[in-house]
Amino acid sequence: MAKTVTDVTCPFCGSLCDDIEVQVSDDGTKVLEVFNACAIGAAKFLHTAAKDRVTRPRMRQEDGSYKEVSYDEAIEYTAHMFVNSKKPLMYGWSNTNCEAQSVGHEIAEATGGIVDNTATVCHGPSLIAIQDVGIPSCTLGEIKNRADVVLFWGCNPAHAHPRHLSKYSIFPRGFFTGKGHKGRKMIVVDPRNTDTMKLADVPLQLEQGRDYELLSAFRVAIRGEELPEKVAGIPREKIYEAVEVMKNGRFGVIFFGMGVTQSLGKNHNIDNAIMVTKDMNEYTKFAIIAMRGHYNVTGSGQVMGWQWGFPFATDLSRGFARYNPGETTSNDLLRRREVDAIMVFASDPGSHFPISSVREIAKIPSVAVVPDINPTTEISKLHVPVAVNAIETGGCCYRMDNVPIDARKVVEPPEGMLTDLEFLTRVRDRIAELKAQAPAGVRASAEAVGA
Amino acid sequence: MAEYLIRNGFVFDPVSGVNGDRKDIAVKDGKIVESVSPSAKVFDAAGKTVMAGAVEIHAHIAGPKVNEGRNYRPEDKLFNAASGVGGMRTTGGFSIPTTFKTGYNYAKMGYTTAIEAAMPPLYARHVHEEIRDTPIIDEGALPVFGNNWFVLEYLKNRELENTAAYISWLLRASKGYGVKVVNPGGTEAWGWGLNCLTVNDPVPYFDITPAQIVRGLIEANEYLGLPHSMHIHANNLGNPGNYTTTLDTFRLAEGFKANNRFGREQTMHHTHVQFHSYGGDTWGNFESKSDEIIDYVNTHPNLTIDTGNVTLDETTTMTADGPFEHHLTELNHLKWANVDVELETAAGIVPYVYSPDIKVCAIQWAIGLELGLLAKDPMRCFITTDHPNAGPFTRYPRIIKWLMSKEAREERLNTFKHAEKVIGATLLHGIDREITFYELAQMTRAGPAKALGLKDVYGGLAPGMEADIAVYDINPESPFTPDQLEEAFSAAALVIKTGLPVVENGVVINNGNKRTLWVDAKVNENPQVMRDVEEKFLKYYSVTLNNYEVQGHHYIPNPYAIQVDATQ
Amino acid sequence: METVTLTIKKAPTLYLEAEIISPDGLAGKTADQIRALPVHMGNEEFTLGEFFDLAGAPGATAEETKVVVTGDLSRVKYLGMKMSGGEMVIESDADMYVGAWMSGGTLTAKGNVDSFAGIGMKGGLLEINGNAGNYTGSAYRGDWRGMQGGKIHVKGNVRSDTGYFMNGGEIVIDGDADVHVGTHAEGGKIVIKGNAKSRLGGQMVEGTIILLGTVDVMMPGFKYVRDEEVDVDGKNMLMSLYVGDLGERHRKRKGEPIYGKLYIRKAAPAAAESREVRLARAREARKARFASPEETASA
Repeated sequence: MAKTVTDVTCPFCGSLCDDIEVQVSDDGTKVLEVFNACAIGAAKFLHTAAKDRVTRPRMRQEDGSYKEVSYDEAIEYTAHMFVNSKKPLMYGWSNTNCEAQSVGHEIAEATGGIVDNTATVCHGPSLIAIQDVGIPSCTLGEIKNRADVVLFWGCNPAHAHPRHLSKYSIFPRGFFTGKGHKGRKMIVVDPRNTDTMKLADVPLQLEQGRDYELLSAFRVAIRGEELPEKVAGIPREKIYEAVEVMKNGRFGVIFFGMGVTQSLGKNHNIDNAIMVTKDMNEYTKFAIIAMRGHYNVTGSGQVMGWQWGFPFATDLSRGFARYNPGETTSNDLLRRREVDAIMVFASDPGSHFPISSVREIAKIPSVAVVPDINPTTEISKLHVPVAVNAIETGGCCYRMDNVPIDARKVVEPPEGMLTDLEFLTRVRDRIAELKAQAPAGVRASAEAVGA
Repeated sequence: MAEYLIRNGFVFDPVSGVNGDRKDIAVKDGKIVESVSPSAKVFDAAGKTVMAGAVEIHAHIAGPKVNEGRNYRPEDKLFNAASGVGGMRTTGGFSIPTTFKTGYNYAKMGYTTAIEAAMPPLYARHVHEEIRDTPIIDEGALPVFGNNWFVLEYLKNRELENTAAYISWLLRASKGYGVKVVNPGGTEAWGWGLNCLTVNDPVPYFDITPAQIVRGLIEANEYLGLPHSMHIHANNLGNPGNYTTTLDTFRLAEGFKANNRFGREQTMHHTHVQFHSYGGDTWGNFESKSDEIIDYVNTHPNLTIDTGNVTLDETTTMTADGPFEHHLTELNHLKWANVDVELETAAGIVPYVYSPDIKVCAIQWAIGLELGLLAKDPMRCFITTDHPNAGPFTRYPRIIKWLMSKEAREERLNTFKHAEKVIGATLLHGIDREITFYELAQMTRAGPAKALGLKDVYGGLAPGMEADIAVYDINPESPFTPDQLEEAFSAAALVIKTGLPVVENGVVINNGNKRTLWVDAKVNENPQVMRDVEEKFLKYYSVTLNNYEVQGHHYIPNPYAIQVDATQ
Repeated sequence: METVTLTIKKAPTLYLEAEIISPDGLAGKTADQIRALPVHMGNEEFTLGEFFDLAGAPGATAEETKVVVTGDLSRVKYLGMKMSGGEMVIESDADMYVGAWMSGGTLTAKGNVDSFAGIGMKGGLLEINGNAGNYTGSAYRGDWRGMQGGKIHVKGNVRSDTGYFMNGGEIVIDGDADVHVGTHAEGGKIVIKGNAKSRLGGQMVEGTIILLGTVDVMMPGFKYVRDEEVDVDGKNMLMSLYVGDLGERHRKRKGEPIYGKLYIRKAAPAAAESREVRLARAREARKARFASPEETASA
């Protein structure tokens, strides 16, 4: 008789669905079946039972092959890498819990590290925009209960956040939205005719890279000023029409994704989208929400925020926290050869970073702490496989709307495998021992820059 | 555990009625005791001032909006960050310091307990994660109830027991300390971009008024016998002429009697009253109405207040009063963050510069001080800055200076750009009172502790109480300048927290043994409320019921649960 | 005025942070005191003397001090940061934050400088003979108070985000500017003598941008009002005045809104060129990218 674990959080996307039910084997070691999850989420659960999982650390040898080593050896290597580094980069953090993020921060303070999360190649520009102009937002439940105008800009939830439309934004019937999707107007702006756009009442297929101009045009239209005939390939009549739909709503929301955060202008696109939202609040209620990618990238920004005051890209090399994307962001650091060691934690820059950064990772001392083999592990000196977070261990995670949820452990990790929190805690303690033996390390002065 | 003796200081302790006598204070096992053994470690406090650790009754120091404030203001940390030395953590920020800096800065000033003033229940885990990472100080958080759909529905139907049972359930689920109300009804109206500006404005759809919400929550609070009273931020905050709304709100507490076993006497605590004491009807004829406000407070012992003193700094305003922050960003055009929280509340954030060159800011500054100086009973009027709204809590020493020295505040008043107009619109110039050390201990220690239902635990130096002690390098019997006063209260000579020295010579030396306060109020089983809870989670919340309650383990590693039994 | 010359003698393995190198940082100090000043590389602190040879001596105050820095400074950050007076010359290329938060004096960088030159500037003159990076004369992250005063003169090109949140002062670019010039500006003046890319003056509230070259895509929130004579380097030029950004808030004076002003010498091309033309150019650009392996900076 298999048992079922309910109210499980899904460790895939930023929707952080928490209504998953998972059937596990009697001995609590194997995921058998997954209910309520989308195809991607279910695959992630089921993958934990894969036979080809690596369960022990692997060290790269001179000849490029990998040799299995013990966790103790891996901890020793990692601790020495940190202690010997003048400026270690600690990148990732989006697929782990807040407890591990917090221990990582202790290591950064002790060794003068730079902590950057995957927002750096995802919603980092959104975070910069929020710093420039704020963000009027709300929780996903507010959308479900109140929203009657829903705008998706540069995102394709039908594929990237598969349950978003049904659970939060378009289809659910909430307290004031008893008609479900029939009571909602859906506007979609994208250069591609995506599957999300196919559902839209108002589809706006704009020219690629002209989101900023179109957002500005929305603002001009909101103020009732005159527009040029066409903006971003969209006739002005259609822009006025879309704005009219927005103004006539009782509660509107803009969801935006990487189509705007990572195209020309980056943070400026989000900035302008936020300003559209702010302008709309003079006419009706409007909110804006970033479609955050990984399930706990938001949490990394939160923990960094309360501990250091910045949501990503925080440089502790001089002991105190500094932040300036363009300088302290992972790709700038790697491209400019500004760091001399890297720990990749719970992420895969090998897949997501530009080739110049990936080449640099391959050159410097590197440790990848991730459950499975991925392109990053294959260029790292050391791969430390760990239990899969939110499946084989619990911990606090933050949803895309910053709502914290305590992830449940569903099954035991394979025999003898450490969680990333356990591994990191032992690295932290080993670093403390090494530093006590040879007290050099951070010679920080609180006087100068940033102090 | 270690023993300590703080010898020969000038002790100010309203709890034991000690007013500046030279006394020894003995500490053993984390408590104040009558005497200690000769092996106790001795601190010489001769020529210094000794008080209990101070108690912060209202500050925004942990949780989602505080952190949004941090994350969206990198400029608040620019050239204002420092590395951790000697086992301490790295720190940063001015108006919204990091959690580590928050704990250290409170401790440095001799504060040992603080209440986070507004916890959105859905974000309770976040609040508790930050509380956990705020070193040294004991901390509790007040969940917000004044716009909660359960509360609105129960009170519309006048269901007192259900309201109380729901409060009990939510305090346990969120590990909260008491009943906070922010802009009752107005924040729910903000869900549609609207507001409730008087106590009689109906809440859209819910067909209830702020007055009914406030009276209902006072009644439920006393039904449960919670340690703290209903704690309110009234409607119409920050607007010229709002003092009438404030008086209307005060009157809502009439007719209720405090019912609790904690020695609390008030049935309403009204917070940051400075923001609610405005006359005039435009920013042009804006003026102080602190006299009308304080007259009511002075004659109604069922009421306690805190001041919300403007410190004249650049700061970051943040409140669950969503519509107010929208109003503010329309005025100053600075970056606006807002979060509406399903079924529960909202919050907004806007940076603000209280410039001494702006008349309104200077009038606000004066009003806050007037409240502190005109209050006849310092046991019912507490010093706050509504951190960070009227200014950062790190400015308490400066406010103390202004309250304790007419010379200091006259100097400030007379050098405002619009000094004459400010004097004309306020009462401050005509007030000679200077707060005494004893009164200061009432306003920052004994008073807030009593109002929180913690009078036997915190805020005093009587044997049996927590050994939370602050020693300041100022001799109350020798002459001192106002600036020396500010300096002394900025960096305590010694702070002991629950029997552990955490600050010496103005430097934080230990991360302490902080606890999280929460109130475990037991009520009789209430199947209807549980059915309602299940239904709302199934239909309207975006998380499941089983993922709502804050569990102890990593969120509250060191709890201090106060038991309340309302099953009778 | 006394001159002190610092010559870098070894290349930093990472980047060197040397905010102490400014007239303010060196004034009034003896040679030994200067050599003992701190510079930073990663988590390590070094003395200035470990990296630089010293010649000459500073004056008693910043105003009486000229600092000359020579050698390969392309991996040195924060040169001339927060300088308030005196003179400073950087003889070669320099890295980020040249003249950041400076409030007075004259700082000349003879080579190229990287990003964040003159951010948060309040006064003084910053001259860059080569090219400048992103965020020249901009605000620090999150601050709505960008450049307040002073002048930045870039003789080469600038990358994106020049004069972001500019409130006052003047920026002159002899070459071309990448996207987002004067975004969120509420004052000040920017002159671009070369060409500009799109988003010129986007979200501009007040202030002036003068463009002598062309812009590829105009912002939809700028409208043509009239032709005006504009003084550029003492010459009067007839230019087209556009006002905007119409999507932004604008305060009013005597009932009339005050807009940001955008002067363009030649009438801008039609709001958008054809999709085909742009796609063809994108294909060319992609080919060019594959030819060179370097990516552009993120964020």
